[in-house]
Amino acid sequence: MKRVVITGAGTINALGHDVPQTWDAMANGRCGIGELNIRDVERLSIRIGGQVRDYDAEDHFNRQQIALYDRFTQFTLLAAKQAIGQSGLKFSGDLAARSGVVLGTSGGGLTTQDENYRVVYEEGKNRVHPFVVPKLMNNAACSHVSMVYNLKGPSFTVATACASSNHAMGQAFQFIRSGMAPVMVTGGSESMLCFGGVKAWEGLRVMSKDACRPFSANRNGMVQGEGAAVFVFEEYEHAKARGADILAEVVGFAMTSDAADIVMPSKHGAARAISGALRDAGLSPEQVGYINAHGTGTAANDKTECAAVADVFGAHADKLMISSTKSMHGHLIGGTGAVELLACLMALRNGVIAPTIGYEEYDPECSLDVVPNEAREAKVDVVLSNAFAFGGLNAVLALRRI
Amino acid sequence: MSETVKDTVIRIIAEQAVLDVSDVTPESTLDDLGIDSLGLVECIFAIEEAFDIQVPFNANEPTESDFDISSVAAIIRAVEGLVAEQPA
Repeated sequence: MKRVVITGAGTINALGHDVPQTWDAMANGRCGIGELNIRDVERLSIRIGGQVRDYDAEDHFNRQQIALYDRFTQFTLLAAKQAIGQSGLKFSGDLAARSGVVLGTSGGGLTTQDENYRVVYEEGKNRVHPFVVPKLMNNAACSHVSMVYNLKGPSFTVATACASSNHAMGQAFQFIRSGMAPVMVTGGSESMLCFGGVKAWEGLRVMSKDACRPFSANRNGMVQGEGAAVFVFEEYEHAKARGADILAEVVGFAMTSDAADIVMPSKHGAARAISGALRDAGLSPEQVGYINAHGTGTAANDKTECAAVADVFGAHADKLMISSTKSMHGHLIGGTGAVELLACLMALRNGVIAPTIGYEEYDPECSLDVVPNEAREAKVDVVLSNAFAFGGLNAVLALRRI
Repeated sequence: MSETVKDTVIRIIAEQAVLDVSDVTPESTLDDLGIDSLGLVECIFAIEEAFDIQVPFNANEPTESDFDISSVAAIIRAVEGLVAEQPA
């Protein structure tokens, strides 16, 4: 089996327009959640979100590109540019033929759908822009990355709601580990902060009107975010041979299905995914220093996740750190695991553990070290990243310092 | 005579629980009737649609909402209150 390392990372999200800005915000416990600035916000009862600020598509793309790139594709391309730029890789010949792109998203071009439904249903027009379909399709971002960077190997999009990015990165990991591909561009993106996207979530009554406070007894729901994070996963010997800067090693991955309920999470499904990732990596639970939690800030997720961690880690559960950065960047749904992997890289590379901000009140059902409110300096060798999706689909990644 | 608030709420709850209206009594709790959290959210949606009201309810803190869901009678009282507050 081949070893897999990360040699590039890029992002745009509510905390910043690149990795250094995002790490700086995470290290300082800065909140990127604020009042939503979207059309018809006055008809929403949920009016906050982790929106990408100070962003103008025209600063980055020309008119023809914008006609084809939904906001989730734009975010993906910006993050991919940073990640591939950092890796220093150029794709041609055999490397291009065998390297691919696997990305996660849940809603795909939801903004494009929202805008065009308005055109035909609200405005009563009988004609839409010719590129609606290629713009809204879930694989648009993946395809544009492959076209821009000449990536001609295995490429597709994964949609498993809130676990999409982790499932995507897990696939990329396995392709390299098996020897199928030398390099994979992977991660995920989401841009659901449009009227229809927020309105649909409102219906479930699990959204907070004021803040995302994971693990805090007074938490009252999740807050949506948007953005993307993209990584370059590379076969270790390939990276070493060219003297690449290695950010971390990906050592394990597991996925499970609860097979139980369409919205309520199961402790057993989560625990099986966590222990499966450890087993896949050949790690003992005691080696894990930090877990980036799924930590949505809902009553259901947080207590189930803490119970699963307690089950898997036993006494070590009280020694490890677990935080939810959703408190800062919001829940990016299909893109969330990718942005959260940045907190894992920050822990391994910089020795800084991102905090769970907004933490106000102890909850006996979430009785773990959730790194409340302030980042912490700590040397950790192994970290996990949890993602547990609606529909009971779980995906956990294990990373190691290198 | 048109349906009273009580009749409408009971009809909505019975429909959600897949029971006869006569099986839903004011003393029943949602648990008794086999209505889970997802069923509750659907009931509230149906109540909002039927009366054109906004029900203050967050699934994360069901017991802390102003909207009392401890029994069918409590829900009826809460809906009657919200309907009475509606501008005529």
